[in-house]
Amino acid sequence: MAERSEEVKLLGMWASPFSRRVEIALTLKGVPYEFSEQDIANKSPLLLQSNPVHKMIPVLLHNGKPISESLVILEYIDDTWQNNPILPQDPYHRAMARFWARFVDEQIYVTAMKVVGKVGEERDVAVEATRDLLKLLEKELVGKNFLGGERLGFVDIVATLVAFWLMRTEEVVGVKVVPVEMFPEIHRWVENLLDVDVIKKCIPPEDEHLNYIKARMDSLKLKSVQ
Amino acid sequence: MANEVILLDFWPSMFGMRTRIALREKGVDFEYREENLRDKSPLLLQMNPVHKKIPVLIHNGKPVCESSIQVQYIDESWSHKNPILPSDPYQRAQARFWVDFIDKKMYEAQRKVWASKGEEQETGKKEFIELLKILESELGDKPYFGGDDFGYVDIGLIGFYTWFPGYEKYGNFSIEAECPKLIAWAKRCMQRESVAKSLPDSEKVTQFIADLRKAFGVE
Repeated sequence: MAERSEEVKLLGMWASPFSRRVEIALTLKGVPYEFSEQDIANKSPLLLQSNPVHKMIPVLLHNGKPISESLVILEYIDDTWQNNPILPQDPYHRAMARFWARFVDEQIYVTAMKVVGKVGEERDVAVEATRDLLKLLEKELVGKNFLGGERLGFVDIVATLVAFWLMRTEEVVGVKVVPVEMFPEIHRWVENLLDVDVIKKCIPPEDEHLNYIKARMDSLKLKSVQ
Repeated sequence: MANEVILLDFWPSMFGMRTRIALREKGVDFEYREENLRDKSPLLLQMNPVHKKIPVLIHNGKPVCESSIQVQYIDESWSHKNPILPSDPYQRAQARFWVDFIDKKMYEAQRKVWASKGEEQETGKKEFIELLKILESELGDKPYFGGDDFGYVDIGLIGFYTWFPGYEKYGNFSIEAECPKLIAWAKRCMQRESVAKSLPDSEKVTQFIADLRKAFGVE
Protein backbone atom coordinates (compact mmCIF):
# COMPACT_ATOMS: atom_id res chain seq x y z
CA MET A 1 0.00 0.00 0.00
CA ALA A 2 1.36 3.48 -0.85
CA GLU A 3 2.98 5.31 2.05
CA ARG A 4 2.26 8.84 0.90
CA SER A 5 -1.15 10.25 1.58
CA GLU A 6 -3.44 10.78 -1.34
CA GLU A 7 -5.40 13.95 -0.94
CA VAL A 8 -8.46 14.16 -3.13
CA LYS A 9 -10.74 17.15 -2.82
CA LEU A 10 -13.74 18.01 -4.97
CA LEU A 11 -14.97 21.58 -5.28
CA GLY A 12 -18.57 21.06 -6.30
CA MET A 13 -22.25 21.77 -5.84
CA TRP A 14 -24.77 19.34 -4.43
CA ALA A 15 -27.36 19.93 -7.18
CA SER A 16 -25.02 20.10 -10.16
CA PRO A 17 -25.06 17.12 -12.55
CA PHE A 18 -21.47 17.94 -13.54
CA SER A 19 -20.31 17.81 -9.95
CA ARG A 20 -22.30 14.64 -9.11
CA ARG A 21 -20.84 12.74 -12.05
CA VAL A 22 -17.37 13.23 -10.59
CA GLU A 23 -18.63 11.90 -7.26
CA ILE A 24 -20.04 8.85 -9.03
CA ALA A 25 -16.67 8.16 -10.64
CA LEU A 26 -14.71 8.58 -7.41
CA THR A 27 -17.17 6.41 -5.49
CA LEU A 28 -17.15 3.73 -8.20
CA LYS A 29 -13.36 3.53 -7.84
CA GLY A 30 -13.50 3.58 -4.06
CA VAL A 31 -11.41 6.76 -3.88
CA PRO A 32 -11.88 8.63 -0.58
CA TYR A 33 -12.38 12.32 -1.12
CA GLU A 34 -13.30 15.51 0.65
CA PHE A 35 -16.28 17.34 -0.80
CA SER A 36 -16.35 21.12 -0.57
CA GLU A 37 -19.69 22.75 -1.40
CA GLN A 38 -19.08 25.91 -3.40
CA ASP A 39 -21.19 29.05 -3.57
CA ILE A 40 -21.20 30.15 -7.21
CA ALA A 41 -22.68 33.52 -6.36
CA ASN A 42 -19.76 34.16 -4.05
CA LYS A 43 -16.81 32.21 -5.44
CA SER A 44 -14.15 31.09 -2.99
CA PRO A 45 -10.51 32.10 -3.43
CA LEU A 46 -9.67 28.41 -3.75
CA LEU A 47 -12.08 27.97 -6.65
CA LEU A 48 -10.82 31.07 -8.45
CA GLN A 49 -7.24 30.00 -7.94
CA SER A 50 -7.89 26.40 -9.00
CA ASN A 51 -9.90 27.21 -12.12
CA PRO A 52 -8.89 30.72 -13.17
CA VAL A 53 -9.91 30.13 -16.80
CA HIS A 54 -13.56 29.16 -16.31
CA LYS A 55 -14.09 29.88 -12.60
CA MET A 56 -16.56 26.99 -12.48
CA ILE A 57 -17.19 23.79 -10.59
CA PRO A 58 -16.45 20.95 -10.55
CA VAL A 59 -12.74 21.13 -9.87
CA LEU A 60 -10.85 18.08 -8.65
CA LEU A 61 -7.78 18.73 -6.54
CA HIS A 62 -5.46 15.75 -6.40
CA ASN A 63 -2.60 16.32 -3.99
CA GLY A 64 -3.21 20.02 -4.50
CA LYS A 65 -3.11 19.92 -8.30
CA PRO A 66 -6.32 21.11 -9.98
CA ILE A 67 -8.19 19.49 -12.85
CA SER A 68 -11.21 21.28 -14.33
CA GLU A 69 -14.04 20.40 -16.75
CA SER A 70 -16.08 17.37 -15.74
CA LEU A 71 -15.32 15.22 -18.80
CA VAL A 72 -11.60 15.91 -18.41
CA ILE A 73 -11.89 15.05 -14.69
CA LEU A 74 -13.66 11.76 -15.45
CA GLU A 75 -10.90 10.71 -17.85
CA TYR A 76 -8.27 11.74 -15.31
CA ILE A 77 -9.94 9.61 -12.65
CA ASP A 78 -10.05 6.66 -15.04
CA ASP A 79 -6.36 7.15 -15.98
CA THR A 80 -5.25 7.45 -12.36
CA TRP A 81 -7.27 4.74 -10.59
CA GLN A 82 -7.43 1.69 -12.82
CA ASN A 83 -9.94 -0.45 -10.95
CA ASN A 84 -13.58 -0.53 -12.17
CA PRO A 85 -12.75 1.07 -15.51
CA ILE A 86 -15.15 3.72 -16.75
CA LEU A 87 -14.04 3.97 -20.38
CA PRO A 88 -13.79 0.92 -22.63
CA GLN A 89 -10.35 -0.47 -23.55
CA ASP A 90 -10.75 -0.57 -27.31
CA PRO A 91 -9.93 2.73 -29.12
CA TYR A 92 -13.04 2.63 -31.30
CA HIS A 93 -15.38 2.12 -28.37
CA ARG A 94 -13.54 4.82 -26.45
CA ALA A 95 -14.11 7.20 -29.37
CA MET A 96 -17.80 6.28 -29.40
CA ALA A 97 -18.07 6.85 -25.65
CA ARG A 98 -16.42 10.26 -25.96
CA PHE A 99 -18.72 11.13 -28.86
CA TRP A 100 -21.90 10.31 -26.92
CA ALA A 101 -20.69 12.04 -23.78
CA ARG A 102 -20.13 15.23 -25.78
CA PHE A 103 -23.53 14.78 -27.38
CA VAL A 104 -25.19 14.70 -23.97
CA ASP A 105 -23.33 17.77 -22.74
CA GLU A 106 -23.27 19.90 -25.87
CA GLN A 107 -26.59 18.97 -27.49
CA ILE A 108 -29.04 17.47 -25.00
CA TYR A 109 -28.04 19.66 -22.05
CA VAL A 110 -28.13 22.92 -24.01
CA THR A 111 -31.54 22.16 -25.53
CA ALA A 112 -32.98 20.79 -22.29
CA MET A 113 -31.99 23.98 -20.46
CA LYS A 114 -34.38 25.84 -22.74
CA VAL A 115 -37.23 23.60 -21.59
CA VAL A 116 -36.68 24.84 -18.07
CA GLY A 117 -35.77 28.40 -18.90
CA LYS A 118 -38.41 29.29 -21.48
CA VAL A 119 -42.19 29.50 -21.46
CA GLY A 120 -45.04 29.06 -23.90
CA GLU A 121 -44.23 28.35 -27.51
CA GLU A 122 -40.48 28.66 -27.02
CA ARG A 123 -40.72 25.92 -24.43
CA ASP A 124 -42.76 23.69 -26.78
CA VAL A 125 -40.09 24.06 -29.44
CA ALA A 126 -37.42 23.16 -26.87
CA VAL A 127 -39.37 20.08 -25.79
CA GLU A 128 -39.61 18.85 -29.38
CA ALA A 129 -35.93 19.51 -30.00
CA THR A 130 -34.96 17.69 -26.81
CA ARG A 131 -37.08 14.70 -27.78
CA ASP A 132 -35.42 14.53 -31.20
CA LEU A 133 -32.03 14.36 -29.52
CA LEU A 134 -33.20 11.81 -26.95
CA LYS A 135 -34.40 9.52 -29.74
CA LEU A 136 -30.73 8.99 -30.59
CA LEU A 137 -29.97 7.95 -27.03
CA GLU A 138 -33.03 5.69 -27.11
CA LYS A 139 -31.62 3.95 -30.17
CA GLU A 140 -28.25 3.48 -28.49
CA LEU A 141 -29.90 1.62 -25.61
CA VAL A 142 -31.64 -1.07 -27.66
CA GLY A 143 -30.39 -4.48 -26.54
CA LYS A 144 -28.19 -2.99 -23.79
CA ASN A 145 -28.56 -2.68 -20.05
CA PHE A 146 -26.52 0.47 -19.95
CA LEU A 147 -25.12 2.91 -22.50
CA GLY A 148 -21.78 1.36 -21.65
CA GLY A 149 -23.10 -2.10 -22.48
CA GLU A 150 -23.28 -4.76 -19.78
CA ARG A 151 -22.09 -2.46 -17.07
CA LEU A 152 -22.26 1.22 -16.19
CA GLY A 153 -19.72 3.26 -18.13
CA PHE A 154 -18.58 6.72 -19.10
CA VAL A 155 -21.68 7.66 -21.08
CA ASP A 156 -24.05 6.41 -18.35
CA ILE A 157 -22.25 8.53 -15.78
CA VAL A 158 -22.47 11.59 -18.03
CA ALA A 159 -26.06 10.85 -19.02
CA THR A 160 -27.24 10.80 -15.38
CA LEU A 161 -27.90 14.40 -16.41
CA VAL A 162 -30.82 13.02 -18.43
CA ALA A 163 -31.98 10.44 -15.90
CA PHE A 164 -31.86 12.52 -12.74
CA TRP A 165 -31.95 16.11 -13.88
CA LEU A 166 -33.87 16.42 -17.14
CA MET A 167 -36.40 13.78 -16.14
CA ARG A 168 -36.82 15.30 -12.70
CA THR A 169 -37.69 18.66 -14.22
CA GLU A 170 -40.79 17.07 -15.75
CA GLU A 171 -42.55 17.21 -12.43
CA VAL A 172 -41.69 20.85 -11.93
CA VAL A 173 -42.20 21.99 -15.52
CA GLY A 174 -45.46 20.03 -15.83
CA VAL A 175 -44.49 18.61 -19.21
CA LYS A 176 -43.67 14.96 -19.85
CA VAL A 177 -40.54 15.66 -21.89
CA VAL A 178 -39.57 11.96 -21.83
CA PRO A 179 -42.83 9.99 -21.90
CA VAL A 180 -42.43 6.25 -21.40
CA GLU A 181 -44.47 5.45 -24.54
CA MET A 182 -41.99 7.37 -26.64
CA PHE A 183 -38.87 6.33 -24.72
CA PRO A 184 -39.30 2.83 -23.25
CA GLU A 185 -35.55 2.09 -23.46
CA ILE A 186 -34.59 5.25 -21.59
CA HIS A 187 -37.08 4.43 -18.85
CA ARG A 188 -35.72 0.89 -18.59
CA TRP A 189 -32.21 2.30 -18.41
CA VAL A 190 -33.16 4.66 -15.55
CA GLU A 191 -34.50 1.65 -13.61
CA ASN A 192 -31.20 -0.14 -14.25
CA LEU A 193 -29.28 2.87 -12.98
CA LEU A 194 -31.35 3.01 -9.81
CA ASP A 195 -30.35 -0.59 -9.13
CA VAL A 196 -26.69 0.40 -8.94
CA ASP A 197 -25.57 1.21 -5.38
CA VAL A 198 -23.08 3.85 -6.44
CA ILE A 199 -25.77 5.72 -8.36
CA LYS A 200 -28.27 5.55 -5.52
CA LYS A 201 -25.62 6.87 -3.19
CA CYS A 202 -24.43 9.72 -5.39
CA ILE A 203 -27.50 11.35 -6.89
CA PRO A 204 -29.16 14.28 -5.05
CA PRO A 205 -32.05 13.30 -2.76
CA GLU A 206 -35.24 13.62 -4.79
CA ASP A 207 -37.38 15.91 -2.62
CA GLU A 208 -34.68 18.44 -1.92
CA HIS A 209 -33.69 18.30 -5.55
CA LEU A 210 -37.20 18.97 -6.84
CA ASN A 211 -37.51 21.97 -4.53
CA TYR A 212 -34.21 23.28 -5.78
CA ILE A 213 -35.19 22.83 -9.44
CA LYS A 214 -38.48 24.60 -8.84
CA ALA A 215 -36.74 27.55 -7.20
CA ARG A 216 -34.20 27.78 -10.05
CA MET A 217 -36.94 27.61 -12.64
CA ASP A 218 -38.90 30.40 -10.98
CA SER A 219 -35.88 32.64 -10.95
CA LEU A 220 -35.06 31.82 -14.59
CA LYS A 221 -38.63 32.57 -15.64
CA LEU A 222 -38.48 35.87 -13.85
CA LYS A 223 -35.29 36.69 -15.72
CA SER A 224 -36.71 35.76 -19.11
CA VAL A 225 -39.82 37.86 -18.57
CA GLN A 226 -37.91 40.94 -17.38
CA MET B 1 -4.59 -6.97 -42.73
CA ALA B 2 -6.21 -4.11 -44.62
CA ASN B 3 -5.95 -0.78 -42.92
CA GLU B 4 -8.21 1.50 -44.87
CA VAL B 5 -8.34 5.07 -43.69
CA ILE B 6 -10.50 7.72 -45.34
CA LEU B 7 -10.80 11.31 -44.19
CA LEU B 8 -13.85 13.31 -45.26
CA ASP B 9 -12.75 16.90 -44.92
CA PHE B 10 -12.95 20.46 -46.18
CA TRP B 11 -9.64 22.11 -47.01
CA PRO B 12 -9.90 25.35 -44.92
CA SER B 13 -11.27 23.60 -41.82
CA MET B 14 -8.98 24.16 -38.84
CA PHE B 15 -10.60 21.08 -37.34
CA GLY B 16 -9.91 18.86 -40.34
CA MET B 17 -6.31 20.07 -40.20
CA ARG B 18 -5.96 18.50 -36.75
CA THR B 19 -6.84 15.06 -38.03
CA ARG B 20 -4.59 15.41 -41.09
CA ILE B 21 -1.65 16.33 -38.86
CA ALA B 22 -2.30 13.46 -36.46
CA LEU B 23 -2.47 10.90 -39.27
CA ARG B 24 0.78 12.19 -40.73
CA GLU B 25 2.48 12.25 -37.33
CA LYS B 26 1.81 8.53 -37.15
CA GLY B 27 2.77 7.85 -40.76
CA VAL B 28 -0.69 6.52 -41.56
CA ASP B 29 -1.62 6.27 -45.23
CA PHE B 30 -5.01 7.80 -45.80
CA GLU B 31 -7.32 8.82 -48.58
CA TYR B 32 -8.30 12.48 -48.36
CA ARG B 33 -11.75 13.26 -49.76
CA GLU B 34 -12.81 16.84 -50.23
CA GLU B 35 -16.44 17.50 -49.29
CA ASN B 36 -18.63 20.19 -50.80
CA LEU B 37 -20.45 21.47 -47.74
CA ARG B 38 -23.29 22.81 -49.84
CA ASP B 39 -23.76 19.38 -51.41
CA LYS B 40 -22.73 16.82 -48.82
CA SER B 41 -21.88 13.35 -50.06
CA PRO B 42 -24.12 10.39 -49.18
CA LEU B 43 -21.09 8.89 -47.43
CA LEU B 44 -20.74 11.91 -45.13
CA LEU B 45 -24.43 11.87 -44.26
CA GLN B 46 -24.28 8.14 -43.60
CA MET B 47 -21.10 8.28 -41.52
CA ASN B 48 -22.04 11.33 -39.45
CA PRO B 49 -25.83 11.27 -39.35
CA VAL B 50 -25.94 13.07 -35.99
CA HIS B 51 -24.02 16.22 -36.91
CA LYS B 52 -23.50 15.88 -40.71
CA LYS B 53 -20.17 17.69 -40.30
CA ILE B 54 -16.60 17.24 -41.34
CA PRO B 55 -14.07 15.99 -40.53
CA VAL B 56 -15.10 12.34 -40.45
CA LEU B 57 -12.45 9.69 -40.09
CA ILE B 58 -13.43 6.31 -41.51
CA HIS B 59 -11.19 3.46 -40.37
CA ASN B 60 -11.92 0.10 -41.97
CA GLY B 61 -15.46 1.28 -42.65
CA LYS B 62 -16.13 2.56 -39.10
CA PRO B 63 -16.61 6.28 -38.60
CA VAL B 64 -15.09 8.44 -35.88
CA CYS B 65 -16.51 11.97 -35.61
CA GLU B 66 -15.29 15.17 -33.93
CA SER B 67 -11.70 16.23 -34.56
CA SER B 68 -10.41 16.08 -30.97
CA ILE B 69 -11.94 12.62 -30.58
CA GLN B 70 -10.31 11.58 -33.88
CA VAL B 71 -6.87 12.77 -32.75
CA GLN B 72 -7.15 10.78 -29.52
CA TYR B 73 -8.38 7.77 -31.49
CA ILE B 74 -5.41 8.04 -33.86
CA ASP B 75 -3.02 8.30 -30.91
CA GLU B 76 -4.51 5.20 -29.30
CA SER B 77 -4.77 3.15 -32.49
CA TRP B 78 -1.25 3.87 -33.76
CA SER B 79 0.65 4.01 -30.53
CA HIS B 80 4.01 2.90 -31.94
CA LYS B 81 5.42 6.33 -32.70
CA ASN B 82 5.18 10.06 -32.06
CA PRO B 83 2.88 10.00 -29.03
CA ILE B 84 0.39 12.84 -29.22
CA LEU B 85 -1.02 12.82 -25.69
CA PRO B 86 1.38 12.83 -22.72
CA SER B 87 1.76 9.60 -20.78
CA ASP B 88 1.34 11.20 -17.36
CA PRO B 89 -2.36 11.38 -16.33
CA TYR B 90 -2.09 14.91 -14.95
CA GLN B 91 -0.32 16.23 -18.07
CA ARG B 92 -2.89 14.40 -20.16
CA ALA B 93 -5.70 16.12 -18.26
CA GLN B 94 -4.08 19.50 -18.82
CA ALA B 95 -3.77 18.79 -22.56
CA ARG B 96 -7.43 17.75 -22.75
CA PHE B 97 -8.45 20.84 -20.81
CA TRP B 98 -6.74 23.18 -23.27
CA VAL B 99 -8.10 21.49 -26.38
CA ASP B 100 -11.54 21.65 -24.76
CA PHE B 101 -10.92 25.37 -24.15
CA ILE B 102 -10.00 25.86 -27.81
CA ASP B 103 -13.05 23.84 -28.92
CA LYS B 104 -15.44 25.79 -26.73
CA LYS B 105 -14.13 29.31 -27.21
CA MET B 106 -12.01 29.82 -30.32
CA TYR B 107 -14.46 29.09 -33.12
CA GLU B 108 -17.18 31.48 -32.01
CA ALA B 109 -14.71 34.21 -31.11
CA GLN B 110 -12.76 34.07 -34.38
CA ARG B 111 -15.94 34.08 -36.38
CA LYS B 112 -16.93 37.47 -35.02
CA VAL B 113 -13.61 38.90 -36.13
CA TRP B 114 -14.27 38.32 -39.84
CA ALA B 115 -18.01 37.72 -40.11
CA SER B 116 -19.25 40.86 -38.42
CA LYS B 117 -18.64 44.59 -38.47
CA GLY B 118 -18.90 47.67 -36.30
CA GLU B 119 -19.57 47.22 -32.60
CA GLU B 120 -20.01 43.45 -32.83
CA GLN B 121 -16.68 43.09 -34.59
CA GLU B 122 -14.86 45.26 -32.05
CA THR B 123 -16.21 43.16 -29.18
CA GLY B 124 -15.33 39.99 -31.09
CA LYS B 125 -11.80 41.23 -31.68
CA LYS B 126 -11.30 42.01 -27.98
CA GLU B 127 -12.57 38.58 -26.95
CA PHE B 128 -10.44 36.86 -29.54
CA ILE B 129 -7.25 38.66 -28.52
CA GLU B 130 -7.99 37.85 -24.90
CA LEU B 131 -8.30 34.16 -25.74
CA LEU B 132 -5.02 34.23 -27.64
CA LYS B 133 -3.35 35.90 -24.67
CA ILE B 134 -4.65 33.21 -22.33
CA LEU B 135 -3.22 30.57 -24.65
CA GLU B 136 0.06 32.46 -25.00
CA SER B 137 0.31 32.67 -21.23
CA GLU B 138 -0.24 28.91 -21.00
CA LEU B 139 2.50 28.35 -23.58
CA GLY B 140 4.91 30.54 -21.62
CA ASP B 141 8.50 29.99 -22.64
CA LYS B 142 8.05 26.37 -23.65
CA PRO B 143 8.71 25.37 -27.26
CA TYR B 144 5.35 23.59 -27.42
CA PHE B 145 2.26 23.57 -25.21
CA GLY B 146 3.18 20.18 -23.79
CA GLY B 147 6.79 21.16 -23.19
CA ASP B 148 9.64 19.91 -25.33
CA ASP B 149 7.50 17.77 -27.58
CA PHE B 150 4.90 18.66 -30.17
CA GLY B 151 1.56 17.26 -29.06
CA TYR B 152 -2.18 17.39 -28.59
CA VAL B 153 -2.66 21.08 -27.79
CA ASP B 154 -0.31 22.18 -30.57
CA ILE B 155 -2.31 20.04 -32.99
CA GLY B 156 -5.51 21.49 -31.54
CA LEU B 157 -4.52 25.08 -32.17
CA ILE B 158 -2.18 25.27 -35.15
CA GLY B 159 -4.91 25.11 -37.84
CA PHE B 160 -6.22 28.48 -36.71
CA TYR B 161 -2.83 29.97 -37.70
CA THR B 162 -3.72 29.70 -41.39
CA TRP B 163 -6.69 31.96 -40.67
CA PHE B 164 -4.60 34.59 -38.82
CA PRO B 165 -3.75 36.79 -41.83
CA GLY B 166 -7.48 36.83 -42.65
CA TYR B 167 -8.36 37.89 -39.10
CA GLU B 168 -5.69 40.58 -39.24
CA LYS B 169 -6.89 41.89 -42.59
CA TYR B 170 -10.57 42.10 -41.72
CA GLY B 171 -10.12 42.88 -38.05
CA ASN B 172 -7.44 45.43 -38.77
CA PHE B 173 -4.94 44.38 -36.14
CA SER B 174 -1.65 42.54 -35.81
CA ILE B 175 -1.65 39.22 -33.96
CA GLU B 176 2.14 39.27 -33.80
CA ALA B 177 2.05 42.61 -32.00
CA GLU B 178 -0.43 41.22 -29.46
CA CYS B 179 1.02 37.72 -29.07
CA PRO B 180 4.58 37.44 -30.37
CA LYS B 181 5.33 34.20 -28.52
CA LEU B 182 2.31 32.54 -30.06
CA ILE B 183 3.48 33.52 -33.55
CA ALA B 184 6.96 32.16 -32.80
CA TRP B 185 5.33 28.93 -31.61
CA ALA B 186 3.25 28.71 -34.80
CA LYS B 187 6.31 29.16 -37.01
CA ARG B 188 8.05 26.45 -35.03
CA CYS B 189 5.13 24.08 -35.65
CA MET B 190 5.13 24.90 -39.35
CA GLN B 191 8.67 23.47 -39.54
CA ARG B 192 7.22 20.07 -38.83
CA GLU B 193 6.52 18.05 -41.95
CA SER B 194 3.15 16.74 -40.72
CA VAL B 195 1.99 20.32 -40.16
CA ALA B 196 3.44 21.83 -43.35
CA LYS B 197 1.80 19.10 -45.43
CA SER B 198 -1.57 19.42 -43.70
CA LEU B 199 -2.14 23.17 -43.72
CA PRO B 200 -3.30 25.14 -46.75
CA ASP B 201 -1.70 28.39 -47.87
CA SER B 202 -2.82 31.31 -45.75
CA GLU B 203 -3.48 33.31 -48.91
CA LYS B 204 -6.01 30.76 -50.07
CA VAL B 205 -7.71 30.86 -46.67
CA THR B 206 -7.84 34.66 -46.71
CA GLN B 207 -9.47 34.51 -50.14
CA PHE B 208 -11.92 31.94 -48.79
CA ILE B 209 -12.81 34.32 -45.96
CA ALA B 210 -13.31 37.12 -48.50
CA ASP B 211 -15.73 34.91 -50.43
CA LEU B 212 -17.61 34.04 -47.25
CA ARG B 213 -17.90 37.71 -46.31
CA LYS B 214 -19.43 38.45 -49.70
CA ALA B 215 -21.79 35.51 -49.35
CA PHE B 216 -22.87 36.66 -45.87
CA GLY B 217 -23.21 40.25 -47.01
CA VAL B 218 -20.63 41.53 -44.57
CA GLU B 219 -18.75 43.51 -47.22
